[in-house]
Amino acid sequence: MNFYQTSVFSSLLFHLLLLLGISPLLPGIIARTKAVIAGRQGPPLLQPYSDIRKLFRKSMVISRTTTWLFRAGPVVGFAVPLLAAMLVPFGAMPAPLSFTGDLVLFVYLLGLARFFTVLAAMDTGSSFEGMGAAREATFSVLVEPIIFVAFVVLARSSNSLTLNTMLSAGAGGALFSGPAAMSLILISFCLFIVLLVENCRIPFDDPNTHLELTMIHEVMVLDHSGPDFALIQYGAAMKLLLSAVLVLDLILPSSGSMLFDGFALVAGLMVLAVCIGLVESAMARLRLIRIPQLLVGTTLLSFFAFILVLR
Amino acid sequence: MTPYPVIHNGGTLQLADLQPLSYQELGGILAPLLTRGCRLVTCFADPGPNDDFPLSIYTVVAEDAANRLAIFRAVGEQVLESLTPGCPQFHLFEREIGEQFGVVFKGHPWFKPVRFHAPWPGKTDAWNRDPARHPLAGDMEYFQVAGDEVHEVGVGPVHAGIIEPGHFRFQCYGEEVLHLEISLGYQHRGIERLLAGGPWPQTPYRIETAAGDTTIGHMTAYSMVVEALSRTTIPEKPAVIRALALELERLANHVGDIGALAGDVGFLPTSAYCGRLRGDYLNMTAAISGSRFGRGLVRPGGVLYDIDQDMAEQLRQTLAKVSAHTRGALNLFFETPSVLSRLEGVGKVSLQDAAALGMTGVAAKACGMDCDTRRHHSVARYRREYIDAVIESGGDVYARARVRQREIDQSISLVNQGLYKIPRGPLRMKPGKLAAESFAVTMVEGWRGPVVHAAVTDREGRISRYKIVDPSFFNWSGLAMALRNEQISDFPLCNKSFNLSYCGFDL
Repeated sequence: MNFYQTSVFSSLLFHLLLLLGISPLLPGIIARTKAVIAGRQGPPLLQPYSDIRKLFRKSMVISRTTTWLFRAGPVVGFAVPLLAAMLVPFGAMPAPLSFTGDLVLFVYLLGLARFFTVLAAMDTGSSFEGMGAAREATFSVLVEPIIFVAFVVLARSSNSLTLNTMLSAGAGGALFSGPAAMSLILISFCLFIVLLVENCRIPFDDPNTHLELTMIHEVMVLDHSGPDFALIQYGAAMKLLLSAVLVLDLILPSSGSMLFDGFALVAGLMVLAVCIGLVESAMARLRLIRIPQLLVGTTLLSFFAFILVLR
Repeated sequence: MTPYPVIHNGGTLQLADLQPLSYQELGGILAPLLTRGCRLVTCFADPGPNDDFPLSIYTVVAEDAANRLAIFRAVGEQVLESLTPGCPQFHLFEREIGEQFGVVFKGHPWFKPVRFHAPWPGKTDAWNRDPARHPLAGDMEYFQVAGDEVHEVGVGPVHAGIIEPGHFRFQCYGEEVLHLEISLGYQHRGIERLLAGGPWPQTPYRIETAAGDTTIGHMTAYSMVVEALSRTTIPEKPAVIRALALELERLANHVGDIGALAGDVGFLPTSAYCGRLRGDYLNMTAAISGSRFGRGLVRPGGVLYDIDQDMAEQLRQTLAKVSAHTRGALNLFFETPSVLSRLEGVGKVSLQDAAALGMTGVAAKACGMDCDTRRHHSVARYRREYIDAVIESGGDVYARARVRQREIDQSISLVNQGLYKIPRGPLRMKPGKLAAESFAVTMVEGWRGPVVHAAVTDREGRISRYKIVDPSFFNWSGLAMALRNEQISDFPLCNKSFNLSYCGFDL
């Protein structure tokens, strides 16, 4: 316990370093992977950093029809991943903030960010953004059960209601040998799907498309520009990192050395980014009406994991 | 013998041979024809020498099975009874004539402007718009759906991608499109009026930019018009070079289109490869004429650039390499299940609708319509080369993509064969003076479909009326039909599968 208390500060530092420092690297790796597979040279790995820096130096164009809600969306979108990440252990590094039932706060913090993004989108009065908001709201309703069932499975298998313990399954090696191994594998897969949906990756959404009518997330932020848009991009990168950490927490084993585990987590993040790039290169986007079917299917999968853990 | 004059593609007629009919009689003859597998090809009005009413309304109908074109001339008064209720193919042509000459078509289901230009000089406005002010593009009444949860989405004329301007008005119920209305005219340049009184020295440049991606198609059609009217038979060599350039244009555009479809569904490998391969095909055209789009290659009487033995050999080698890559990229696209699930069953147009709207080209072939100018209306020179039109039956995005894939295969072998058989001889034969008071019509199977050019000459042998019909003119209505009861999120994909020209429509 003594060790845990002294490490709160270092854990906070590690979390912030990864969130603020490493997160923009992940979209860069994904873009580079896709470029290599498609036979293109692609943008530099550090392009997202330059993009964010560039956007912060620009001025903003704000529609006269909007209100404070429009400005609030990006701020909440930036702050929420930072806050939510404080509840999640990063590999072997425990979460700086932890209490019983924090998993509910975690899910609804993410819900809060979505709520504000949707409000900001509808605030513009644009028909495109209204459509995007409707789609985002519809799909999030279908994603939430997946996350909750996954957390219930983790809570059951770890006999705990704090994310810190629940998500240490990988570190404890439960994925490979424990009685819940099978359901943990299913849950890891479900969380990977959640990662793709929540971060608007192919096959659910295409972050690179310019076609307003097909977008989900991108269309909601069409009217944002300059520093606001930089916050959105930065926030999206942190959310990607956070979702990736959730998956890695379940599968990365611990070596016992804090330093080594830290590096392993960063390496794992990069491998996961490459995997996302491979998925995006290998398949086309789903039709919009097929997405709910896939999400319901994933929910069912998480239920199977639940049944297995009840056994 | 038919009760009306017929000619072959690239033929001419003396105006005196065309018995003037009343517009009603025209409708009486056309209604049975158009339901019997014939297609309306073009319809336009010419005010004639006194620049006054009555107008002459020329109509060309293609009898594909008989390989010939039927020509009609009707007398056009200021007010006419619309033929659209019986023959929907006429709906845009009548609106066009109304906009140009102020003719009011009574009984037209929705008579409104097409391109939003002022009436031609000395003509009245069919809608009594303020003559002092230039009409605004898109300024018209749109079809509207009312009710709870029905919403309207307007897209364009400024788009997110680098494409031409056009306005799309969707009436949606949630994500479902109840109706799409397309309003163009933003790129109207008045090409047809600029051609009257010609041919002018600048005419070829205007024709080449009627639809820049179909430069060879439009320029070949124009050259054939001039050759027909001046009774010039071009040598064999330029005929072969034109045919080769036309197929290269088809290859570049079809490959680019499939790449764009791949980009729309988010399938990156084919999207990236096709983008590059399109450039390779364009560069082959550039190797011949110095212009990637073949500008300055085709001219009346022949072509301006030769393909000698060395270049033919070089092109063959390039083609061998590029075509192998093309087949690889296309096979990957058509063998990926997630891609097929995006294409199949999306944006369906039935054969009946396609025929009623007069759809042509790739979009019509995808509905199962057997129409290919190279097959049905081939000019003597090409006849031995072409065997079959590529036909699919689905009428959906997949069918349109498949037509392109199979035409790519066909074109590659055509180019390959053609490069072995470039005859010797002169490149060009200067056409003489145009015949006076004549009518000529030509069709060329451009990559989108038949490009139709028609000309009427006056007493001095100058062009008094020149008419261009790009396949896009018919097919935009087809796109609107394809979106009925589809998901609005599938619109970009449907649009890309048609890939129609805005400037070819606006002229």
